Amino acid sequence: MKAVKIIAWIALIAFVVIQFFPVDYNQSETVPDTDFMLVNDVPSDIQNKLQVSCYDCHSNNTQYPWYSKVQPIAWFLEGHIKEGKAELNFNEWDSLSSRRKASKLRSIVKQIENGEMPLASYTLIHKEATFSEKEAQRVVKYMENLKDSL
Amino acid sequence: MKNLKISVIVMLLLTVSFTNAQEKEKMNHDHNHNKMMDMKGDTKAEAILSDYFSLKDALVADDSEKAVEASTKLVASLKAFDESNYTAKEQKELTDIIEDATEHAEHISKSEIAHQREHFKVLSRDITDIVAITGTKNKLYQQFCPMYDKGSAWLSTKEEVRNPYYGSRMLKCGKVQKTIH
Repeated sequence: MKAVKIIAWIALIAFVVIQFFPVDYNQSETVPDTDFMLVNDVPSDIQNKLQVSCYDCHSNNTQYPWYSKVQPIAWFLEGHIKEGKAELNFNEWDSLSSRRKASKLRSIVKQIENGEMPLASYTLIHKEATFSEKEAQRVVKYMENLKDSL
Repeated sequence: MKNLKISVIVMLLLTVSFTNAQEKEKMNHDHNHNKMMDMKGDTKAEAILSDYFSLKDALVADDSEKAVEASTKLVASLKAFDESNYTAKEQKELTDIIEDATEHAEHISKSEIAHQREHFKVLSRDITDIVAITGTKNKLYQQFCPMYDKGSAWLSTKEEVRNPYYGSRMLKCGKVQKTIH
Protein backbone atom coordinates (compact mmCIF):
# COMPACT_ATOMS: atom_id res chain seq x y z
CA MET A 1 0.00 0.00 0.00
CA LYS A 2 2.80 2.33 0.92
CA ALA A 3 4.53 1.63 -2.44
CA VAL A 4 1.37 2.54 -4.33
CA LYS A 5 1.08 5.76 -2.37
CA ILE A 6 4.69 6.70 -3.18
CA ILE A 7 4.26 5.97 -6.87
CA ALA A 8 1.05 7.98 -6.93
CA TRP A 9 2.80 10.95 -5.38
CA ILE A 10 5.70 10.74 -7.81
CA ALA A 11 3.30 10.55 -10.74
CA LEU A 12 1.40 13.57 -9.48
CA ILE A 13 4.55 15.60 -8.93
CA ALA A 14 5.89 14.60 -12.34
CA PHE A 15 2.61 15.59 -13.92
CA VAL A 16 2.72 19.01 -12.28
CA VAL A 17 6.36 19.53 -13.15
CA ILE A 18 5.95 18.81 -16.86
CA GLN A 19 3.25 21.46 -17.06
CA PHE A 20 6.00 24.03 -16.58
CA PHE A 21 8.06 22.84 -19.51
CA PRO A 22 7.84 25.32 -22.37
CA VAL A 23 5.90 24.51 -25.52
CA ASP A 24 6.28 26.27 -28.83
CA TYR A 25 2.75 27.26 -29.68
CA ASN A 26 1.96 27.41 -33.36
CA GLN A 27 0.05 30.64 -33.47
CA SER A 28 0.08 33.60 -35.78
CA GLU A 29 -2.10 36.67 -36.04
CA THR A 30 -1.45 37.34 -39.70
CA VAL A 31 -2.04 35.35 -42.86
CA PRO A 32 0.87 35.92 -45.26
CA ASP A 33 0.12 36.74 -48.86
CA THR A 34 1.67 33.42 -49.89
CA ASP A 35 -1.33 31.62 -48.43
CA PHE A 36 -3.00 28.94 -50.56
CA MET A 37 -6.44 30.50 -50.31
CA LEU A 38 -5.23 34.00 -51.15
CA VAL A 39 -3.23 32.89 -54.15
CA ASN A 40 -5.83 30.53 -55.59
CA ASP A 41 -9.50 31.02 -56.27
CA VAL A 42 -10.74 28.43 -53.79
CA PRO A 43 -14.50 27.80 -53.60
CA SER A 44 -15.80 28.64 -50.12
CA ASP A 45 -16.87 25.10 -49.21
CA ILE A 46 -13.37 23.82 -50.01
CA GLN A 47 -11.84 26.71 -48.09
CA ASN A 48 -13.88 25.70 -45.10
CA LYS A 49 -12.95 22.03 -45.44
CA LEU A 50 -9.23 22.79 -45.66
CA GLN A 51 -9.43 25.04 -42.60
CA VAL A 52 -11.25 22.42 -40.56
CA SER A 53 -9.39 19.32 -41.73
CA CYS A 54 -5.90 20.51 -42.59
CA TYR A 55 -4.89 23.92 -41.35
CA ASP A 56 -4.30 22.96 -37.71
CA CYS A 57 -1.17 21.05 -38.68
CA HIS A 58 -0.43 22.52 -42.09
CA SER A 59 -0.41 26.25 -41.40
CA ASN A 60 1.17 28.77 -39.04
CA ASN A 61 -1.94 28.93 -36.91
CA THR A 62 -3.31 26.04 -34.87
CA GLN A 63 -6.57 26.23 -32.96
CA TYR A 64 -5.76 24.87 -29.50
CA PRO A 65 -8.67 23.63 -27.38
CA TRP A 66 -8.07 23.76 -23.60
CA TYR A 67 -7.07 20.12 -23.13
CA SER A 68 -4.42 20.38 -25.83
CA LYS A 69 -2.48 22.77 -23.65
CA VAL A 70 -1.98 20.13 -20.98
CA GLN A 71 1.21 18.11 -21.03
CA PRO A 72 2.02 15.55 -22.36
CA ILE A 73 -0.69 16.22 -24.92
CA ALA A 74 0.88 19.54 -25.88
CA TRP A 75 4.17 17.81 -26.68
CA PHE A 76 2.42 15.19 -28.76
CA LEU A 77 0.73 17.92 -30.77
CA GLU A 78 3.90 19.97 -31.07
CA GLY A 79 5.59 17.03 -32.79
CA HIS A 80 2.72 16.51 -35.18
CA ILE A 81 2.45 20.17 -36.06
CA LYS A 82 6.18 20.49 -36.66
CA GLU A 83 6.16 17.47 -38.98
CA GLY A 84 3.01 18.60 -40.71
CA LYS A 85 4.33 22.07 -41.46
CA ALA A 86 7.63 20.69 -42.71
CA GLU A 87 5.75 18.51 -45.19
CA LEU A 88 3.24 21.12 -46.27
CA ASN A 89 2.42 24.63 -45.11
CA PHE A 90 -0.62 26.14 -46.82
CA ASN A 91 0.31 29.60 -45.53
CA GLU A 92 3.56 29.46 -47.45
CA TRP A 93 2.14 27.98 -50.62
CA ASP A 94 3.25 30.65 -53.04
CA SER A 95 6.87 30.47 -51.94
CA LEU A 96 7.07 27.16 -53.79
CA SER A 97 8.04 26.87 -57.45
CA SER A 98 5.48 25.45 -59.90
CA ARG A 99 7.38 22.20 -59.95
CA ARG A 100 7.15 21.82 -56.20
CA LYS A 101 3.54 22.94 -56.09
CA ALA A 102 2.70 20.17 -58.56
CA SER A 103 4.49 17.63 -56.36
CA LYS A 104 2.67 18.83 -53.27
CA LEU A 105 -0.71 18.73 -55.02
CA ARG A 106 -0.02 15.16 -56.08
CA SER A 107 0.74 14.25 -52.48
CA ILE A 108 -2.36 16.04 -51.19
CA VAL A 109 -4.54 14.07 -53.63
CA LYS A 110 -2.92 10.74 -52.80
CA GLN A 111 -3.08 11.28 -49.03
CA ILE A 112 -6.76 12.14 -49.11
CA GLU A 113 -7.61 9.32 -51.52
CA ASN A 114 -5.73 6.80 -49.39
CA GLY A 115 -7.41 8.07 -46.24
CA GLU A 116 -4.02 8.75 -44.69
CA MET A 117 -4.85 12.38 -44.11
CA PRO A 118 -6.19 13.79 -41.89
CA LEU A 119 -4.49 11.60 -39.27
CA ALA A 120 -6.73 9.15 -37.43
CA SER A 121 -5.53 10.58 -34.13
CA TYR A 122 -6.83 13.97 -35.24
CA THR A 123 -10.22 12.87 -36.57
CA LEU A 124 -10.77 10.86 -33.39
CA ILE A 125 -11.09 14.14 -31.53
CA HIS A 126 -12.22 16.30 -34.45
CA LYS A 127 -15.01 14.32 -36.05
CA GLU A 128 -15.87 17.17 -38.38
CA ALA A 129 -12.39 16.93 -39.93
CA THR A 130 -13.14 13.54 -41.51
CA PHE A 131 -13.64 13.51 -45.26
CA SER A 132 -16.89 12.07 -46.50
CA GLU A 133 -16.65 10.40 -49.90
CA LYS A 134 -18.28 13.41 -51.50
CA GLU A 135 -15.98 15.84 -49.75
CA ALA A 136 -12.92 13.81 -50.72
CA GLN A 137 -14.00 13.72 -54.36
CA ARG A 138 -14.64 17.44 -54.39
CA VAL A 139 -11.34 18.44 -52.82
CA VAL A 140 -9.35 15.91 -54.85
CA LYS A 141 -10.91 17.15 -58.10
CA TYR A 142 -10.10 20.73 -57.18
CA MET A 143 -6.48 19.88 -56.37
CA GLU A 144 -6.08 17.87 -59.57
CA ASN A 145 -7.44 20.70 -61.69
CA LEU A 146 -5.13 23.12 -59.92
CA LYS A 147 -2.16 20.86 -60.65
CA ASP A 148 -3.11 20.63 -64.33
CA SER A 149 -3.33 24.40 -64.57
CA LEU A 150 0.21 24.98 -63.31
CA MET B 1 68.20 62.62 -66.16
CA LYS B 2 68.60 60.67 -69.35
CA ASN B 3 69.24 57.46 -67.41
CA LEU B 4 66.19 58.08 -65.29
CA LYS B 5 63.99 58.58 -68.34
CA ILE B 6 65.28 55.38 -69.92
CA SER B 7 64.79 53.47 -66.67
CA VAL B 8 61.20 54.68 -66.39
CA ILE B 9 60.39 53.71 -69.98
CA VAL B 10 62.02 50.31 -69.53
CA MET B 11 60.04 49.78 -66.30
CA LEU B 12 56.83 50.73 -68.06
CA LEU B 13 57.52 48.37 -70.94
CA LEU B 14 58.37 45.57 -68.57
CA THR B 15 55.19 46.16 -66.59
CA VAL B 16 53.03 46.17 -69.69
CA SER B 17 54.58 43.01 -71.11
CA PHE B 18 54.37 41.32 -67.73
CA THR B 19 50.66 41.99 -67.30
CA ASN B 20 50.09 40.98 -70.89
CA ALA B 21 51.85 37.70 -70.28
CA GLN B 22 49.79 37.12 -67.12
CA GLU B 23 46.55 37.60 -68.99
CA LYS B 24 47.58 35.28 -71.75
CA GLU B 25 48.43 32.63 -69.19
CA LYS B 26 45.10 33.13 -67.48
CA MET B 27 43.27 32.73 -70.78
CA ASN B 28 45.11 29.53 -71.53
CA HIS B 29 44.29 28.20 -68.11
CA ASP B 30 40.58 28.96 -68.51
CA HIS B 31 40.51 27.39 -71.91
CA ASN B 32 42.13 24.23 -70.60
CA HIS B 33 39.72 24.18 -67.67
CA ASN B 34 36.70 24.34 -69.95
CA LYS B 35 38.11 21.61 -72.12
CA MET B 36 38.57 19.45 -69.04
CA MET B 37 34.97 20.05 -67.99
CA ASP B 38 33.58 18.98 -71.32
CA MET B 39 35.67 15.85 -71.43
CA LYS B 40 35.00 14.76 -67.85
CA GLY B 41 31.37 15.79 -67.82
CA ASP B 42 29.82 16.46 -64.45
CA THR B 43 30.89 13.71 -62.03
CA LYS B 44 28.39 14.83 -59.41
CA ALA B 45 25.58 14.51 -61.93
CA GLU B 46 26.85 11.04 -62.82
CA ALA B 47 26.75 10.12 -59.12
CA ILE B 48 23.10 11.21 -58.95
CA LEU B 49 22.31 9.13 -62.04
CA SER B 50 24.11 6.11 -60.65
CA ASP B 51 22.04 6.19 -57.44
CA TYR B 52 18.87 6.76 -59.46
CA PHE B 53 19.58 3.64 -61.54
CA SER B 54 20.18 1.59 -58.37
CA LEU B 55 16.77 2.76 -57.18
CA LYS B 56 15.19 1.91 -60.49
CA ASP B 57 16.69 -1.59 -60.44
CA ALA B 58 15.43 -2.14 -56.90
CA LEU B 59 11.88 -1.25 -57.93
CA VAL B 60 12.13 -3.52 -60.98
CA ALA B 61 13.12 -6.30 -58.57
CA ASP B 62 10.19 -5.48 -56.22
CA ASP B 63 12.82 -4.94 -53.54
CA SER B 64 11.44 -2.22 -51.28
CA GLU B 65 14.33 -2.37 -48.81
CA LYS B 66 16.94 -1.98 -51.52
CA ALA B 67 14.89 0.94 -52.80
CA VAL B 68 15.14 2.54 -49.35
CA GLU B 69 18.93 2.09 -49.44
CA ALA B 70 19.27 3.48 -52.94
CA SER B 71 17.01 6.46 -52.30
CA THR B 72 18.94 7.32 -49.13
CA LYS B 73 22.13 7.40 -51.20
CA LEU B 74 20.35 9.45 -53.83
CA VAL B 75 19.35 12.07 -51.25
CA ALA B 76 23.04 12.39 -50.38
CA SER B 77 24.24 12.66 -53.97
CA LEU B 78 21.54 15.24 -54.73
CA LYS B 79 22.62 17.32 -51.75
CA ALA B 80 26.26 17.03 -52.85
CA PHE B 81 25.58 18.45 -56.29
CA ASP B 82 27.62 21.50 -57.24
CA GLU B 83 25.78 24.03 -59.40
CA SER B 84 28.59 26.55 -59.67
CA ASN B 85 29.75 25.36 -63.08
CA TYR B 86 26.50 26.38 -64.74
CA THR B 87 25.02 29.65 -65.90
CA ALA B 88 22.86 31.67 -63.48
CA LYS B 89 19.68 30.62 -65.26
CA GLU B 90 20.70 26.94 -65.22
CA GLN B 91 21.63 27.20 -61.55
CA LYS B 92 18.17 28.46 -60.67
CA GLU B 93 16.55 25.60 -62.62
CA LEU B 94 18.88 23.02 -61.13
CA THR B 95 18.30 24.21 -57.57
CA ASP B 96 14.55 23.93 -58.06
CA ILE B 97 14.73 20.48 -59.67
CA ILE B 98 17.10 19.16 -57.02
CA GLU B 99 14.91 20.42 -54.16
CA ASP B 100 11.95 18.61 -55.67
CA ALA B 101 13.91 15.44 -56.45
CA THR B 102 15.32 15.38 -52.92
CA GLU B 103 11.84 15.51 -51.42
CA HIS B 104 10.70 12.59 -53.54
CA ALA B 105 13.82 10.58 -52.76
CA GLU B 106 13.30 11.26 -49.04
CA HIS B 107 9.71 10.06 -49.26
CA ILE B 108 10.83 6.92 -51.08
CA SER B 109 13.28 6.15 -48.28
CA LYS B 110 10.40 6.16 -45.79
CA SER B 111 7.67 4.35 -47.70
CA GLU B 112 6.47 0.95 -48.76
CA ILE B 113 6.69 -0.07 -52.36
CA ALA B 114 3.42 1.32 -53.74
CA HIS B 115 4.23 4.77 -52.39
CA GLN B 116 7.82 4.43 -53.56
CA ARG B 117 6.62 3.87 -57.10
CA GLU B 118 4.28 6.88 -56.96
CA HIS B 119 7.17 9.14 -56.00
CA PHE B 120 9.50 7.45 -58.47
CA LYS B 121 7.35 8.74 -61.32
CA VAL B 122 7.94 12.39 -60.50
CA LEU B 123 11.51 11.73 -59.43
CA SER B 124 12.16 10.26 -62.89
CA ARG B 125 10.86 13.42 -64.49
CA ASP B 126 13.13 15.51 -62.26
CA ILE B 127 16.19 13.41 -63.07
CA THR B 128 15.41 13.65 -66.79
CA ASP B 129 15.23 17.44 -66.43
CA ILE B 130 18.58 17.48 -64.62
CA VAL B 131 20.21 15.49 -67.40
CA ALA B 132 18.77 17.90 -69.97
CA ILE B 133 20.94 20.59 -68.36
CA THR B 134 24.03 18.69 -67.23
CA GLY B 135 24.29 16.20 -70.06
CA THR B 136 25.64 12.71 -69.44
CA LYS B 137 28.57 10.69 -70.70
CA ASN B 138 26.50 7.55 -71.23
CA LYS B 139 23.73 6.78 -73.68
CA LEU B 140 20.41 6.68 -71.85
CA TYR B 141 16.97 5.40 -72.78
CA GLN B 142 13.77 7.07 -71.73
CA GLN B 143 11.19 4.31 -71.38
CA PHE B 144 7.45 4.53 -70.97
CA CYS B 145 4.64 2.47 -69.50
CA PRO B 146 1.18 3.65 -70.64
CA MET B 147 -0.67 1.79 -67.90
CA TYR B 148 0.81 3.10 -64.69
CA ASP B 149 -0.96 6.23 -63.45
CA LYS B 150 -2.14 7.24 -66.95
CA GLY B 151 1.37 6.83 -68.34
CA SER B 152 4.72 7.03 -66.61
CA ALA B 153 8.30 7.23 -67.81
CA TRP B 154 11.71 6.36 -66.42
CA LEU B 155 15.35 6.35 -67.45
CA SER B 156 17.49 3.31 -68.14
CA THR B 157 21.05 2.59 -69.21
CA LYS B 158 19.90 -0.44 -71.19
CA GLU B 159 17.65 -0.57 -74.20
CA GLU B 160 15.75 -3.65 -73.02
CA VAL B 161 12.67 -2.63 -71.06
CA ARG B 162 12.32 -3.61 -67.41
CA ASN B 163 9.38 -1.98 -65.68
CA PRO B 164 10.02 -0.37 -62.27
CA TYR B 165 6.35 0.51 -61.71
CA TYR B 166 5.00 -3.02 -61.91
CA GLY B 167 8.11 -5.11 -61.30
CA SER B 168 7.55 -8.82 -61.74
CA ARG B 169 3.83 -8.32 -62.38
CA MET B 170 4.52 -6.83 -65.79
CA LEU B 171 8.26 -7.02 -66.06
CA LYS B 172 8.82 -6.24 -69.70
CA CYS B 173 5.84 -3.97 -70.26
CA GLY B 174 6.78 -0.67 -71.83
CA LYS B 175 8.65 0.83 -74.73
CA VAL B 176 11.62 3.03 -75.47
CA GLN B 177 10.35 6.57 -75.95
CA LYS B 178 13.63 8.24 -76.81
CA THR B 179 17.38 8.04 -76.42
CA ILE B 180 19.53 10.61 -74.64
CA HIS B 181 23.21 11.09 -75.41
